[in-house]
Amino acid sequence: MPTITFTQPTGEATEVTVEEGTSLMRAAVTNGIEGIVGECGGQAMCATCHVFVRPEFAGQLPEVSDDEDEMLDCTTAERTDSSRLGCQIKMSGELGNIVVDVPSDQV
Amino acid sequence: MENFSSESVLIIGAGQAGIQVADSLRAEGFTGAITILNDEAHSPYQRPPLSKDYLGPESTAEPLPLRGPGFFAAKDITLLAATAVSVDTEARSVRLSGGTSLDYTHLVFATGAANRALPCPGSDLDGVHELRTLTNARRLHDSLSTARKVVVVGAGFIGLEFAAGARARGLEVTVLEFAPRPMGRALSATASDWFTQRHTGDGIDLRLNEGVAAIHRDGDGLSVESTTGTRYPADLVLYGVGVNPRTELAQAAGLEVENGIVVDSALRASVPGVWAVGDCASFPHRDSGARMRLESVQNATDQGRHAARSIMGDESSYAQTPWFWSTQGAIRLQIAGVSEPGDEPVLLGDPAAGKFSIALLRNGALAAVESVNSPADHIAARKLVDLGLALTTDEISAPGFSFKALAKSLTGIPQPAPA
Ligand SMILES: Cc1cc2nc3c(=O)[nH]c(=O)nc-3n(C[C@H](O)[C@H](O)[C@H](O)COP(=O)(O)OP(=O)(O)OC[C@H]3O[C@@H](n4cnc5c(N)ncnc54)[C@H](O)[C@@H]3O)c2cc1C
Ligand code: FES
Repeated sequence: MPTITFTQPTGEATEVTVEEGTSLMRAAVTNGIEGIVGECGGQAMCATCHVFVRPEFAGQLPEVSDDEDEMLDCTTAERTDSSRLGCQIKMSGELGNIVVDVPSDQV
Repeated sequence: MENFSSESVLIIGAGQAGIQVADSLRAEGFTGAITILNDEAHSPYQRPPLSKDYLGPESTAEPLPLRGPGFFAAKDITLLAATAVSVDTEARSVRLSGGTSLDYTHLVFATGAANRALPCPGSDLDGVHELRTLTNARRLHDSLSTARKVVVVGAGFIGLEFAAGARARGLEVTVLEFAPRPMGRALSATASDWFTQRHTGDGIDLRLNEGVAAIHRDGDGLSVESTTGTRYPADLVLYGVGVNPRTELAQAAGLEVENGIVVDSALRASVPGVWAVGDCASFPHRDSGARMRLESVQNATDQGRHAARSIMGDESSYAQTPWFWSTQGAIRLQIAGVSEPGDEPVLLGDPAAGKFSIALLRNGALAAVESVNSPADHIAARKLVDLGLALTTDEISAPGFSFKALAKSLTGIPQPAPA
């Protein structure tokens, strides 16, 4: 099963193992990862599941959709090239052991 | 800083708003005891997915929690499986279903809303569903895997979200709506008519101006008799005909209630030490002072945050711009602000292409914006509605106008992103 490592601004890292098809946001919320809120329940409506994906995993990710792109423009922490919405990343074996950074501000 | 360690906060209701109050109290440095009463048989979960992804064919039937498993212990918040049955605001104590009582310094009503019952014969038959709780959703989830013909009563948000989801699963779907338009109370006529066309085009049989008269058991299945006398066969009926705020307890405790628990601009109820937030609270509009009650995640969370600060002595007024979303199949609707009948609608974008927004102008200012598949418009609109921006039909209709560009020009040049 794929794993995700969430790294907090403090440097603290938490690794969680998830079922295939689970979104990165759901994995974070069900595991109580601090700083990922998921207020809209995964509909790309709230931008409170913002994460920075480490560049080495960028190539494996699905393309950013137009909706996701527009919502990423309004994240609380400033958007960067590696910004994604956690709810739009569905975990699969191909993503391997992805590592993401949690922003310092989410709401 | 003030020390709150001798104070206690008791929150009735472990939904979106109640949990937010507790979370924000700790985030703001409240050191006293916090207790939340949970009268549902599940740990706190998010409701919006229950009418959307949760009912999809691939859903695992596990709800999305409101907070992770370790949250309550980590924040030293007591989540108590209990129902509040009466409140004594003089003695500052709440009696629980088990017979024990709990004292409080501050009491927060976060009791939410309950579905209105379907007032027709047969509404209690097997196969007739409502949708508010996880228990409701689990039942629906199970029934959907064998259902083929579905009748939805009420073309509000929940009815249409469910209808679109059921249709996407290939089921035959009929929707009965008493009013001439779907989502008529919340949406402008232009947007509402667009949804009618779109849902009909997707194969949903949307019957407007047609209410439900009775539901009958009909052999193995059901049949729904409408006010025109037509009978629609169904093996699953879902009704969503509005909600009532859960105010019984507050009313019995002597709090002022008027379509919700009446609170002031700090979200304080009519009796000292008592607060109300979320679906159950009737609060004054920041500009007009008119009372309003909203049913949305934004309202629940923003009021939860505000009440936490109020409890800790902040006297500022609640003034957040309301926003709301609904997803109906592949359609994404986002609303900033609250429209009123009589607002002047101005169209932006291309309804035929399925991507547009409708600005609603009131007294020469932007009061609300409804966006369909246009999140950039929505995000910008939230800022513009927040500013109460003066805007005319001509300005919006001018070539090259966009909410995004306008919002950017008003809020300054965006900071370059860090490398
Ligand atoms: C199916 C569905 C889909 C939705 N979709 C959307 C959406 O897409 N977008 C959006 O913005 N909003 C949506 N909403 C609305 C949103 O979920 C609510 O506005 C929000 O949950 C309100 O939060 P609340 O805390 O006020 O009430 P709730 O979340 O309803 O919580 C209230 C809680 O209090 C409990 N309670 C009541 N009385 C007592 C008592 N005496 N003792 C103990 N506990 C008590 C209740 O059982 C309940 O658990 C949806 C709602 C539903 C039902
Ligand atoms: S959970 Fe709301 S945008 Fe991802």
